[in-house]
Amino acid sequence: MAGPFNWLSQVGAVTEFGILSMPQRRGSVAAAVIGIAGVVAVLVGVLSIATGFRRAMAASGSPDEALVLRSGADSEMVSGLSRDSTRIIAQAPGVAQSPGGPLASAELFVIINLPKISTGTDVNVPLRGVERPAVQVREGLRIVEGRMFDWGKDEVIVGIGAAREFSGLQVGDKIKVGRYSWPVVGVFSAGGGAAESEIWSDAAVLQAAYNRGDSFQSVFVKLKSAEAFKEFKDNLTADPRLSAQVLRQTDYYAEHSEAVTRLVTTLGYLIASLMAIGAAFGALNTMYSSVSARNREIATLRALGFGGGAVVVSVMLESIALALLGGAIGAGLSYIAFNGFHTATMNWQSFSQVTFALAVTPQLLVQGVIVATLIGAIGGLLPALRAARQPIATALREL
Amino acid sequence: MKYMHLVWGNLRRKKTRTVLTLLSIVVAFVLFGFLSAIRQALTGGVSLEGANRLIVRHKVSIIQMLPIDYKRRMEKIPGVAAATHQTWFGGIYQDPKNFFMQNPVIPGEFLDMHPEMILPAAARQAWLQTRTGAVVGRKTAERFGWKVGDKVPIQSTIWAKKDGSFLWEFDIVGIYDGRDKNTDTTPLFFRYDYFDEARRAGTGSVGWYTIRVLDTSKAAAVANLVDAEFENSSAETKTEAEGAFVQAWAKQIGDIAFITASILGAVFFTILLVTGNTISQSVRERTGELGVLKAIGFTNGQVLGLVLAESCVLSVLGGVVGLGVAWLLTSRGDPTGGLLPLFFFPAGDLAAGLAISVALGLVTGFFPAMQAMRLRVADSLRRI
Repeated sequence: MAGPFNWLSQVGAVTEFGILSMPQRRGSVAAAVIGIAGVVAVLVGVLSIATGFRRAMAASGSPDEALVLRSGADSEMVSGLSRDSTRIIAQAPGVAQSPGGPLASAELFVIINLPKISTGTDVNVPLRGVERPAVQVREGLRIVEGRMFDWGKDEVIVGIGAAREFSGLQVGDKIKVGRYSWPVVGVFSAGGGAAESEIWSDAAVLQAAYNRGDSFQSVFVKLKSAEAFKEFKDNLTADPRLSAQVLRQTDYYAEHSEAVTRLVTTLGYLIASLMAIGAAFGALNTMYSSVSARNREIATLRALGFGGGAVVVSVMLESIALALLGGAIGAGLSYIAFNGFHTATMNWQSFSQVTFALAVTPQLLVQGVIVATLIGAIGGLLPALRAARQPIATALREL
Repeated sequence: MKYMHLVWGNLRRKKTRTVLTLLSIVVAFVLFGFLSAIRQALTGGVSLEGANRLIVRHKVSIIQMLPIDYKRRMEKIPGVAAATHQTWFGGIYQDPKNFFMQNPVIPGEFLDMHPEMILPAAARQAWLQTRTGAVVGRKTAERFGWKVGDKVPIQSTIWAKKDGSFLWEFDIVGIYDGRDKNTDTTPLFFRYDYFDEARRAGTGSVGWYTIRVLDTSKAAAVANLVDAEFENSSAETKTEAEGAFVQAWAKQIGDIAFITASILGAVFFTILLVTGNTISQSVRERTGELGVLKAIGFTNGQVLGLVLAESCVLSVLGGVVGLGVAWLLTSRGDPTGGLLPLFFFPAGDLAAGLAISVALGLVTGFFPAMQAMRLRVADSLRRI
């Protein structure tokens, strides 16, 4: 009577009972499933903000790209480098060469206020002045609409994210910078990276408009290889004419995504864990009512010789199956609703906007399903134990 | 009220179910409290005092500096009571993660402009006499264990001193408190005269101005006058109410109000389903008893009231406990370590939470109560 096959068929029989009786309890079953779906959807949705933001920042540089700032500056915004410094940096060993000279672009980084389309309020949109090598320094940058601006002319191109999120950035529009008015002549994409949030102009034009004389804020450099970074860095930090810090672009952007990621994940987990507790109570309720509705049936089975273990396992199975259903609905909903959704937030280090797409990754979905399973297991355990422990005689006597 | 024992008896009928339902309501309201605190932290900081204040910044963006002589010109504009300025210093204390704001200001006029900052008179006097003096908010002082008399080194990310060093030292001469709960007491303020003389570049420029208007109802008109005054100059301005400025700043992060509302909507919808389901289930189980009550003379209205009272007791009890727990948890302060200085549960939202708990009870109880009211005595007794 105690073979594993027999035990399995006992589990199967009790589970079948549970599943067949579900239509009679559809209210409470639906409540539990929807509750768990809600938890998973919110958890995955909130975390997809952090994932999307981190992904945009990670797509902003590759290991063979370096960034040079004034030492002590934690972002381009507050950095400053003279023309002489940028020249020394471009000549440093390790910089990749092209027929047109070293692949180093000295750049300016400022912000201008433009209304965000979704809220209608002014936000800080980054405006970058670049030199000719800028396009080769950044891999994957290409014009998707209109054309590149002409060097030396008062024209700008805008990132595809900026064009989507901020008003007045379509080809043919004009942006006002102080007393100047610059036409937008093209839209570019940059592999989903932070550059897509920016407006680009010729550095020389921007220097004039902002009275920056001949100074820059950063130098973006393409290295011969990822390994050349050490040589490049050591050379510049040892140079007595400079006071510069050299960073890999990947590290720089990773550091810049830290604050937002930390904020979103802390709050996201906080909200989701509270919701999960609430949903676990809902699941407990459902399973208690499921068990109590079948009290007599379960007692009859046990009187016939079904084991307590089989009852526990089958109640747990039922609960976990409901939770998985809820989890799948929630994960599916959040994928449909959030994946690829375009938005913008503030990069706290540079006080400027970064546009990005929310990313619902397989890892997030798996995480959501795990949470759902846990809720289901918790919701099933106590009612299962109660069902298995109840004295058979009492249960049978119940009306 | 005399039927309270009936309501109570019904709730105790299935203790596990009642407790579980109660707990899910509690959790929903804890969440409500947390989200209120988050929203407050991200969009708050708009004090009543701010209603008569305007912020004037460079039209292109806040990172562009304004000339210091704008103050004199602003104070001549009709409707302007006073003007003072601040500048973003962007300093780091020990570690970039220890974020708080430090701004150079002119002590006397700055404190007069911001009566919501409470600084002891002796400290004010000391500040006026100490060139390198700084005042710091209670929260930051407690965070780093600073006391009056301490010397604090702060590394600026922006401003170099004339010797090329970015390291500035300030003497803490006072610690200020916030008069209201939503006064941010994390910033440090130091003296502009010391800053302007010691910095290598940018002498004579400031970050932004704060204006106090004589008549709050004319604030919009004054803002237009200010912008008109500096039109076509090399530094045009944009003037807006302090509240609008703070709100716009918060909205840079995203539409917080919308996100909060969506999450709360999802949560309450779920709770509504769970509680509504539980209550209608328990009413269904009691069809016979309700029939008996009616048979012995309870009116339809009384039966309706009984069921509604039951759902309201459940949700209000859950609401009160949940809001209380949220109050306790949020009073421990910012969970993110410095990113949200104004993290607290506003009293207005507490009241709203209570109202929602009553509404939740009425809504969840409504359908089961109608069902109970419409029961025909004969039918319900026959069902046993």
